[in-house]
Amino acid sequence: MGNLWKIFLKELRGYIDSPSAYIFLIIFHVLGTSMFFFVSGFFRNQMANLGGFFVFMPWLLLFFVPAIAMRIWAEEKKAGTDELLLTLPVRDHEVVLGKYLAALALLVVALILTFPVALTVKYFADPKTPVDWGPVWCGYLGSFLLGAMLLALGAWASSLTRNQIIAFIIACALGFGLILLGFPFIYQLLPGGELVARFSPYSHFVSLYRGVLDVADVVYYVSAIAFFLYLNIRSIESRKWA
Amino acid sequence: MIEVENLTKSFGPTQALRGVSFSVQRGEIVGFLGPNGAGKTTTMKILTCFIPADSGRATVAGYDVFEDSLEVRKRVGYLPENTPLYHEMSVVDFLQFVAGVRGIPKRDIPERIRSVVVRTGLEGAVGKVIGELSKGYRQRVGLAQALIHDPEILILDEPTSGLDPNQIKEIRELIREIGKEKTIILSTHILPEVTATCDRAIIIHKGQVVASGTPGELMAMGAGSNAVTVRVRGPQGEVQKHFSQISGVREVRLLGTDDGCLRLQVIGEKPMELAERVFEVAAAQKWPLSELRPEAASLEDVFARLTQDEK
Ligand SMILES: Nc1ncnc2c1ncn2[C@@H]1O[C@H](COP(=O)(O)OP(=O)(O)O)[C@@H](O)[C@H]1O
Ligand SMILES: [Mg+2]
Repeated sequence: MGNLWKIFLKELRGYIDSPSAYIFLIIFHVLGTSMFFFVSGFFRNQMANLGGFFVFMPWLLLFFVPAIAMRIWAEEKKAGTDELLLTLPVRDHEVVLGKYLAALALLVVALILTFPVALTVKYFADPKTPVDWGPVWCGYLGSFLLGAMLLALGAWASSLTRNQIIAFIIACALGFGLILLGFPFIYQLLPGGELVARFSPYSHFVSLYRGVLDVADVVYYVSAIAFFLYLNIRSIESRKWA
Repeated sequence: MIEVENLTKSFGPTQALRGVSFSVQRGEIVGFLGPNGAGKTTTMKILTCFIPADSGRATVAGYDVFEDSLEVRKRVGYLPENTPLYHEMSVVDFLQFVAGVRGIPKRDIPERIRSVVVRTGLEGAVGKVIGELSKGYRQRVGLAQALIHDPEILILDEPTSGLDPNQIKEIRELIREIGKEKTIILSTHILPEVTATCDRAIIIHKGQVVASGTPGELMAMGAGSNAVTVRVRGPQGEVQKHFSQISGVREVRLLGTDDGCLRLQVIGEKPMELAERVFEVAAAQKWPLSELRPEAASLEDVFARLTQDEK
């Protein structure tokens, strides 16, 4: 636990000191809020709810999360620092988790920064009909879980290569594929049908942002995160069986 | 301190190690010497538990590198090849991180950093970002992180490669200084490194140990194979023919011609006797000799002979 924490802090410090983390936060914020206000037609419809915001969230996360994740391992492999890091007296899983959690912290900050959108909605809302906060929290929980899953996928993809662009492409492609499985026009074509859709992070996201907090959805994401982190650990260990 | 028995390792079709065995005693500075691709880095990666061997056994400070990997890693300071470092971190942050993960108690860390910084001559660079340092300073940072937990054993992969001559001199002095208290294995593909810093050399070639000993012992191994350099004025074919017929001569090699003189290397056993025979032949043929120099065996010759590709 001590080592995990130290690696977490080092990685976090890396984000704090790096301009790219701020650029990431700014672009995420600007795109996220502008998509909500302009693309969803918030002003036109005067729909005082955040539904429109969360509709775009999967697509925003699909590109932004791999952008955070791509450097996690590929950068170390390229610079050779993985050899330095993994010959310290730390266990591979401590490093994998420490790095993952630090990147997750960055994602959480990015999500929190979009919260003013929610406040704005409350402001615009008809004062007589108070904003229902339940779906908002559910939407944020869904965004967090979906992002955390894509991040675990992206970190694993990053461990497969020393090239960050390739890591980004793998993570986007796999993430896109998984999300598509949740759309009726895709899963209805497939033999498994609805069953296939259950493997899609999108299906679980949709039920969350509609304001239904179901334990099954949370369990799905937690298992998916554990699965990709496990693959990540195995991939880091794979230098040992190469 | 380090016992290595019969290590083998393949990367796909490449056999990087084919049964490497050696041992290193406490307090020794051992040079791991061999041409590029010999298997030095692979051996060091196995000793530092980065990768396992396919077969064989290695123990470091009494712990098996496969079974007690964490115990081994705690006792070893490692400088990987090409000194990978976190270029965006400052020297002090980086050392703090390594010290923390190395398990040094928080209150001792500043003192420990101060001591390695003084030791490695990094005083002027502590607050700087690693990526902005010169190669020589980065090498010192690499050494500093390897020393921070005061390890019993240091494993340094090509610690002076890519440095300029002054930096090389400084790093070698530093290694010798550190070596007074620690067991060190350093790898190199250049011979003077070994004569300059090491008590003993292990010569590795194509994944096997081909020789091991002090520089003196290795030189003695080469004493059998020697040459005489000759500068003589005479007809080339005749000269080569007569010299080749001298008993004990294995080969007459033409090095070049200048001012109508031939420069030859006469290779065989016992260079002193060989020189006398060459003189007699030249005198009998009335070929003026302007140079006749028996070559002492050098470590270079031994190294070259041990590591040349067999044809
Ligand atoms: N990760 C790897 N993948 C494939 N081949 C490798 C790998 N590492 C080393 N080799 C090969 O193993 C041999 C020994 O390499 P190495 O131990 O790096 O030699 P040295 O350090 O003595 O120059 C070389 O032929 C090298 O190409
Ligand atoms: Mg090497």
